[in-house]
Amino acid sequence: MKQKKSGLVAFEALAVVLFVAFLFPFLIVLVNAAKAPFEITQNPLSFPTEWGKILANIGTIWTSSNVRYGSSFLSSVLITSLSLIFLNLLSSQAAWVLVRTKTKLSSGIFILFVAAMVIPFQIVMFPLLTWFREIANVTGIRLLRSYAGIIVAYIGFGMSQSIFMFHGFIKSIPLELEEAAIIDGCKPWETFYKIIFPILKPIHATVLVLNGIWIWNDYLLPLLVLGKGNRIMTIPLAVSNFAGAYVKQWDLIMTAILMAMIPIVVLFLFAQKYIIKGMVAGSIK
Amino acid sequence: MKKAKHPAIFWIFLLPVLFAFSLVIVVPFLLGVWYSFTNWSATARLGETLRFIGLENYAKILKDPSFAYSFLLTVVYTIFNMVAINVASFSLAMLVTRSLKGKNVYRAGFFVPNLIGGLILGYVWQFVFNNAVPSIGTALGLASWAQAENLVLGKSVSALIALVIVSTWQYAGYIMVIYVAAIENIPQELIEAAQIDGASPLRRLFAITLPMTRQAFTITLFLTLVNSFKQFDVNVSLTAGGPATMFAGQPILGTQLLALNIYNQGFRSNDMAGGQARAVVFFLVLTLVSIIQVSINKKREIEL
Repeated sequence: MKQKKSGLVAFEALAVVLFVAFLFPFLIVLVNAAKAPFEITQNPLSFPTEWGKILANIGTIWTSSNVRYGSSFLSSVLITSLSLIFLNLLSSQAAWVLVRTKTKLSSGIFILFVAAMVIPFQIVMFPLLTWFREIANVTGIRLLRSYAGIIVAYIGFGMSQSIFMFHGFIKSIPLELEEAAIIDGCKPWETFYKIIFPILKPIHATVLVLNGIWIWNDYLLPLLVLGKGNRIMTIPLAVSNFAGAYVKQWDLIMTAILMAMIPIVVLFLFAQKYIIKGMVAGSIK
Repeated sequence: MKKAKHPAIFWIFLLPVLFAFSLVIVVPFLLGVWYSFTNWSATARLGETLRFIGLENYAKILKDPSFAYSFLLTVVYTIFNMVAINVASFSLAMLVTRSLKGKNVYRAGFFVPNLIGGLILGYVWQFVFNNAVPSIGTALGLASWAQAENLVLGKSVSALIALVIVSTWQYAGYIMVIYVAAIENIPQELIEAAQIDGASPLRRLFAITLPMTRQAFTITLFLTLVNSFKQFDVNVSLTAGGPATMFAGQPILGTQLLALNIYNQGFRSNDMAGGQARAVVFFLVLTLVSIIQVSINKKREIEL
């Protein structure tokens, strides 16, 4: 018994060491975001001589025309939240009619959606640009460099997996629930939004978390649809735009990175349980 | 009256997703496959007549050493990455499922890198490898670490290892939570019974933990396989494909994975049709490998 206890202490120590090692790169970011360039050249591992420098660096990034932090942050929030709202509403209602309609067409559409999950972004990225440009030429609806374009793209690329997850859950909901609602005179859309939609809460959480982390951090799709340095930028675009313009100015790049990480880390601290649960549930489905 | 086979609500609820699906997946996918057989270029417009050139773009890929190199590199990277991530995350999961005091804190800490995008993490690690590592070397009295020719990102092999390190660090926490869920689902009686029978920890690992978490392995191997094969973000910001090296007598980029190779062919070399043909090959390989992998794993699970 005694041996077991000392073993546990050893494991606890190992865990602490690994924990520190895992977070070490973030510490590097933090200390160097509070330095002047010469301090980094002298020693990138030391603590800064004056922590107050971090405020000056944050100020520089805040006002940088390459980052436009405020506007990029708002764009990221807008794009992520609207895409998530649409993904949850549209995928769940689609999954519902696909489960409840038992025809060849219905299952054919579902199989098509599922099959599309293997399509890598690379195979559609070049034609997507041409196609979006052409739509603008013909209809005047701008999809490149616009919120509408990137949001519809996220709905398109995220819906297959989301529908798949909702589909799996809705299958297990007994039909009697809906039949009772129909007898009470509910219209089909009311049946869905009043009865089924609230039951789907755990799957909504999963779909939100999985797609949220993906969309918030995504780089390639915004790079192509919005472009660097244009009217609308997301946070990853802004960081890469800044790092490209201020090569090796690590004090400021580290500050930009720090500012890019803060919102999601803060969110994680508050919703950690749901986020981890959502990620696990999403992977198992 | 006979009920309609597909009531109005069926179409009303499906229409928005069908619209988005056609707009960003179906049409670009079909266009993309078609373009790979034509002389399509960046300036070509949709309405213009593209010339059908058969398999010419594909024939060019076969003759291009940079594609062959990227392909092999991606395969090597994917294998190393799958092994590294799964070994690391399973070990972490074994660790944090013990009755440690701070286990929830450790779990959260290991998970944090996964919240940040690969692009940003790549920049962080570029700094770590180029600035922090030489400085650690100096502190340890290893002056050679600080020499420019010894930088981790300066040579293809070590830069590839760096890519594996960064993606393992980024991904291990996510895969870990999947293993944690699987390990915590193992009935406690099973482990207690084994303990009473005097089974060693190693024997318990092979006789209980590993077989009981088989299903999790199907998922994690699939996830790590697909995500490693599609790696782009970390590649861009950590190495940008560099450093330059020689392959088959030609100068090429030493750590350019397939996704970056496709991107550069289309946008840097302005060869959209060539990039598109590469993307089609990429898609076919990815699909084939995923199907094989899932079917092997499913078979194993059933046998159990």
